Amino acid sequence: MATPTLDKEDAKPEAGFADSPYITVTFRIRRFNPEVSADATWEDFQLEIDPKERVLDGLHKIKWDLDGTLTFRRSCAHGICGSDAMRINGKNRLACKTLIKDINPAKPITVEPIKGLTVLKDLVVDMDPFFQAYRDVMPFLVTTGNEPTRERLQSAEDRERFDDTTKCILCAACTSSCPVFWNDGQYFGPAAIVNAHRFIFDSRDEAGEQRLEILNDKDGVWRCRTTFNCTDACPRGIEVTKAIQEVKRALITRRF
Amino acid sequence: MKIHKYDTVIVGAGGAGMRAAIEATKRSRTAVLTKLYPTRSHTGAAQGGMAAALANVEEDNWEWHTFDTIKGGDYLVDQDAAEILAKEAIDAVLDLEKMGLPFNRTPDGTIDQRRFGGHSRNHGEAPVRRSCYAADRTGHMILQTLYQNCVKEGVEFFNEFYVLDQLIVEEDGVKKSAGVVAYELATGEIHIFQAKSVVYASGGTGKFFKVTSNAHTLTGDGQAACYRRGLPLEDMEFFQFHPTGIWRMGILLTEGARGEGGILRNKDGERFMEKYAPVMKDLASRDVVSRSIYTEIREGRGCGPEGDHVYLDLTHLPPEQLDAKLPDITEFARTYLGIEPYTDPIPIQPTAHYAMGGIPTNVEGEVLADNTTVVPGLYAAGEVACVSVHGANRLGTNSLLDINVFGRRAGIAAADYSAKADFVELPENPAELVVSLVEQLRDSQGTERVADIRRELQETMDANVMVFRTEQTIKTAVEKIGELRARYKNVSVQDKGKRFNTDLLEAIELGNLLDLAEVMAVSALARKESRGGHYREDYPNRDDVNFMRHTMAYREVADDGKDSIRLDYKPVVQTRYQPMERKY
Repeated sequence: MATPTLDKEDAKPEAGFADSPYITVTFRIRRFNPEVSADATWEDFQLEIDPKERVLDGLHKIKWDLDGTLTFRRSCAHGICGSDAMRINGKNRLACKTLIKDINPAKPITVEPIKGLTVLKDLVVDMDPFFQAYRDVMPFLVTTGNEPTRERLQSAEDRERFDDTTKCILCAACTSSCPVFWNDGQYFGPAAIVNAHRFIFDSRDEAGEQRLEILNDKDGVWRCRTTFNCTDACPRGIEVTKAIQEVKRALITRRF
Repeated sequence: MKIHKYDTVIVGAGGAGMRAAIEATKRSRTAVLTKLYPTRSHTGAAQGGMAAALANVEEDNWEWHTFDTIKGGDYLVDQDAAEILAKEAIDAVLDLEKMGLPFNRTPDGTIDQRRFGGHSRNHGEAPVRRSCYAADRTGHMILQTLYQNCVKEGVEFFNEFYVLDQLIVEEDGVKKSAGVVAYELATGEIHIFQAKSVVYASGGTGKFFKVTSNAHTLTGDGQAACYRRGLPLEDMEFFQFHPTGIWRMGILLTEGARGEGGILRNKDGERFMEKYAPVMKDLASRDVVSRSIYTEIREGRGCGPEGDHVYLDLTHLPPEQLDAKLPDITEFARTYLGIEPYTDPIPIQPTAHYAMGGIPTNVEGEVLADNTTVVPGLYAAGEVACVSVHGANRLGTNSLLDINVFGRRAGIAAADYSAKADFVELPENPAELVVSLVEQLRDSQGTERVADIRRELQETMDANVMVFRTEQTIKTAVEKIGELRARYKNVSVQDKGKRFNTDLLEAIELGNLLDLAEVMAVSALARKESRGGHYREDYPNRDDVNFMRHTMAYREVADDGKDSIRLDYKPVVQTRYQPMERKY
C-alpha cells in the first residue's frame, strides 16, 4: 500500500515522528510468585525498543518474547480502562500512558506493583479492598419522589460543577500513592472520596448528607494530609486533592 | 472443581452485561462472570455518543433513525430489529440519565445532541443532531453509570473468571443450555456454573487484526465457546474499520471529531470526502469513509514519507471547543504522537473496530441454533451477538445504543425464563473440555510460541481481509490461518503455575481468535458481492439477487476429529424499506 512520492513537503518528518532508531533499555521489574518463593526479587530484562513506545509495550515484549511468566494486568492500552497502574521509576502511572522516552531510558526503568494493596503475583495486586472503599461511599445517584417522564433538567453550569471527578477510571493510582493509605488501609483513600465528590456535587442527587456523614468517619476525609501525591499520580488529570478539600469544606459548611 | 447454581448467569460485564445484570438481579438470583473487573471493559473506550431521536435540539424521530440504521447497514439489517432499536433508544437514554449519567446539556438543561456519521434528517437530506453524549467519553460514563447501578442493586460479580465452555445438552433433539464452565484466574480452579439461563455479553473479537481500536482482551471468547459447541455464527465476514484510528497504533479518535466539524485531508490538503459523499461528506458511513481514505492512499495522495495515512484536521476549530467537546482524543494525540491538535493535523488510518456479526439472536436476545430454532435458556447481547441491527455496517453511536436496548431485553428475557424453567441436568464430566484444554496447554512441550502465531495471524488479517478484499487475498488468509491452526496444536506456555497464569489464558484466547478468523475469512470468500464493511474488488457491486441474506457458519466435526466450516444462509427480515442504492 505504500506509495513513494516526490513531493518535498511530505519528505520532511512529521511532528512527533522524527526518525528514532531502536534503543536498548533495561527493565528492572519487581518479581513475586508465592508458588515459587515467599520472597520478592528484582529481575533485569534488556530489550530493544522504540523510545516512542509505551512501558506497556516493553512489558509485552518481555512477556511475549523473553519470559511468559511475567504477570500484569492490562486491557485497553490507551489509558481508559485503568488496569495497568503500576509504580514506574518510583511514581504511580499507567504503563500504557507512559512513553519510554519520557522516563529517561538511559537508566534502568524500575517497575513495581502499586503500594498499599497486597501483592498477589508480580505486578498484580488485590484490588478488592480498593473497590470495597469505593462501594462504601454510595457511588450512585440517589433521588426521591416520582421520576420525571423525560430527563431531569440540569444546567450546563451545574453539570460542570462535578465534571472533573466524573473522569475517574478507578485505576487506584491515587489511593496507592497516598502515604496515609500506606500506613492504614482502613482510610477510604482518594479514589473513593473522588467518587463521593462526583455525587455530592451533582445537583440531581439527594444523598449528599449521607455521604458526608460516611466521610466524616475517623477513616474519612480528615485523614488527608494534602501531600498532593494523589493529584500528581492521577493519569486522568483530576485535581484529586482539591476534590478532597471541597468535601472537607462541605462537611464544615454543609453546603454543596 | 466447584459447582455453583444460579438462576441466571451473565458472561461479561461491559455495557450489555451490566445492563442485563441490573434487570436480571431484580428478577432472579444472578451471577455475573467477567474476565476483567467490570470497569475495565471496552465499553469504556467508546467516545462519541449514543443515538436516540430525542429531538432536543432539532426535529427528529425514530422512523428516520430506523431508516438510517437500515441504510447504514446496506440493507442487510433485520428491519423489525432496527425499528425496536430506534424506538427504544429514547427510553434507553432517559433511563441512563435517571441512573445518573452526566450527559452534556443544552442551555435549557436537557440532554445535548450532536451530529454523527450516517445519521440524517428525513431519509438522507442532511446530517441531524441525534447523538447524546458526554464530551468524548460517553462510553466511559455509560460503563461507570451501569457499574454504579450494579453496586446499588447488589449485583453479584465473579471477577477475573474466564468462561471457556458453554454446556449444551440435547434433550429430545432440542439443544438446551445447562450452564457454563469458567476458569478462575487467581487460583487456576475450574468452576461449573449450572444456570437456568445464560446471557453472553462478552464483547468483540478485534484482536485478530493488528491495527485495531480493540483492547488486548477482545478475543471473541463467547463466540468461540458457542461455535465450538455447534452453534452457528452469523455474518462474521462483516467487520467495521473505523476511519480514524491513530496512525499505526489504531487508537480510536471519535467520529464526534468530525461531528464537531473536523475534516479529513489528503497530502494536498484537499477535503477529499466531498468527492465520495457530496451530501454527508466527512460524516458518510464508516465503511464509505474508510474505503475513501484507502483510495486516496492507493492513488498516491496519502501523507507522510510513505504516503500511508491521511490527516484528521481539527486546527480550524476553536481550542475552547476542542477542550470542552473532545478533551480525551486531543490528549491521545498529545500523549502518543506528540502532536498539538490546536495547530497540527493528526495522522490517521482506518482501524479494525467492530464485529457486526456474532452469535445469532432474535429480538428478545434468544440465541438461535439454526435459522429459526431457539436454544432454550441461552441469550446474547451486544457486540458478541448478531440480532441483526447493524447488518453489513454499523452506524456510529448505534453500538452504545445496542448494548443498552438489547442488554436490557436479554436480561429481562433471561430472568423471566429462569422464573418458569427448571435446571437442565449437567452433562457427565461437565468440565472435561476445559480440563483437557488447560492441561494440554500447561503440559505441552511444543515448540511453537503464542506470540509468534498471534503476530502472524494479525499480519495476515491486516494484509488480506481488511478494507479491500479479493478472492486471492481471502484465499491467502484462509490458507495461512489453516497453517497457523495446525501450528497452534504444537504451542506451549512458559508459565506452568496455577496462580494468575495469564500466559495460559493468552494461549487459550489465541485459539479462539484462530477459530473466529477462519470463520470470518471463509464467510468472506463465499460472499461474492460488496456490501457495507465487506468490499470485494473482484465483485464491487451489491448483489441483492444472490446475497440479500445472512451468512450462518457452523462448525462440523468429521469422524476422524477434523473440523470444517459449513455455510448456510438466513433470509433478511424486511418490513417497510425496499433496498435502494446507497449514496451519502
